[in-house]
Amino acid sequence: MIAIVDYGAGNLVSVKKALDWLGEDCAITSDPAQVARAKKIVLPGVGHFASTAALGRSGLQEAIADGIGRGVPFLGICVGMQWMFEGSQESPETPGLGALSGDCERFPAKVKSPHVGWNQLDVSPSSRLFRGVASSSFVYFTHSFRAPVTETTVACCEYGGCFSAAVERDQLFGVQFHPEKSGETGLKILGNFCAL
Amino acid sequence: MLTKRIIACLDVDGGRVVKGVRFENLRDAGDPAELAKAHSASGADEIVLLDISAAHERRATLLDTVRRAARQLFIPFTVGGGIRTLGDAAAVFSAGADKISINSAALADPTLIKRIAERFGSQAVVVAIDAKRSAETSRWEAFTHGGRAGTGRDAVMWACEAESRGAGEILLTSMDRDGTGIGFDCELTRAIADSVRIPVIASGGAGGAQHFVEVFREGHADAALAASIFHYGFSRLADLKQQLGSQGIPVRWPC
Repeated sequence: MIAIVDYGAGNLVSVKKALDWLGEDCAITSDPAQVARAKKIVLPGVGHFASTAALGRSGLQEAIADGIGRGVPFLGICVGMQWMFEGSQESPETPGLGALSGDCERFPAKVKSPHVGWNQLDVSPSSRLFRGVASSSFVYFTHSFRAPVTETTVACCEYGGCFSAAVERDQLFGVQFHPEKSGETGLKILGNFCAL
Repeated sequence: MLTKRIIACLDVDGGRVVKGVRFENLRDAGDPAELAKAHSASGADEIVLLDISAAHERRATLLDTVRRAARQLFIPFTVGGGIRTLGDAAAVFSAGADKISINSAALADPTLIKRIAERFGSQAVVVAIDAKRSAETSRWEAFTHGGRAGTGRDAVMWACEAESRGAGEILLTSMDRDGTGIGFDCELTRAIADSVRIPVIASGGAGGAQHFVEVFREGHADAALAASIFHYGFSRLADLKQQLGSQGIPVRWPC
């Protein structure tokens, strides 16, 4: 079973719908015990970085960190990906998981923020998440903060400079865009994660 | 590069699409779920479903319509029309919408914007503004109830207030241009797009590819919406996107 982690931030129906479409056994859950039993973990997220503080309070963070430690594949989406880093300028008092180094930051003032719409990726050919996905594919973004480009970045996107559109290290994956809203490209990416 | 979005709008009454679409090879040209899927396949970047049912009993089918359309839709999906409370919004989200659009209810109670944004995120809240040029002041006034009721509110100032209250996007319809096919109101669109930092979706007046080029270049729109896009002489949405691309407008194509 794939656990879609519900920590009270936003609408998880779209992610569930996409995994259902792919024929995956999945459930939306806020129960740490169910997350601990999952064969894969998906952490969606919209809204404010501060909302991820609920993960720590509820025992979900411990269940996720434990799963990652056991090699359970993990996919963070949008704020869920940002949470994998050390923190974000959006809420400096809220620590991230810290599995990846660096902090998420605001877009520069020269571009409109939030960054909303379809933008093009530059994909690293070695990525497992993007297997079979053309390098210059379009995906749907909606966010006001962005993750830095680091050695774990497997897809870059250009908007007021390059930022990490996707990260990958061992069984740890994150996407800033919304694969569940990115048409066939997004379904392919989710399918690749499910097939790990 | 961030692309300009082309948004297909379905006007729905009692669960049926009521205007503006001519698809070939569809079993049922009035079914919102089939049309949403067909628009997506032909290159729409987003789908907006507006419930224009006047009668309350005809609205009852909305959630079922949303659920059926959302099941096979994997691009952003906005639902508007008749959403008055946080509870109405929550029901539409759980039926599968990604964003809701509010108009009259937000003008009547602007705190509704923040209440929905706090629960579902600003990216999920689209504030729709129906604006009409005022003959006396050369400004634009916001209207409600499908354009029947004036509010006395300046449309540009209302857009700024909506942003500060947590709106994620503005869906701006020019009532002067709506249904005319003579082009978007670029002046109105630019006045609002230059006043807010959130994306502005231009609506009303599209008649050809050149109108889209103008509203992106001169109107500074982030996206453009059309209800009857297939009446504009394009056999497919793809043809519009190819024309925009060839004129240097960044669009998602091929998708």
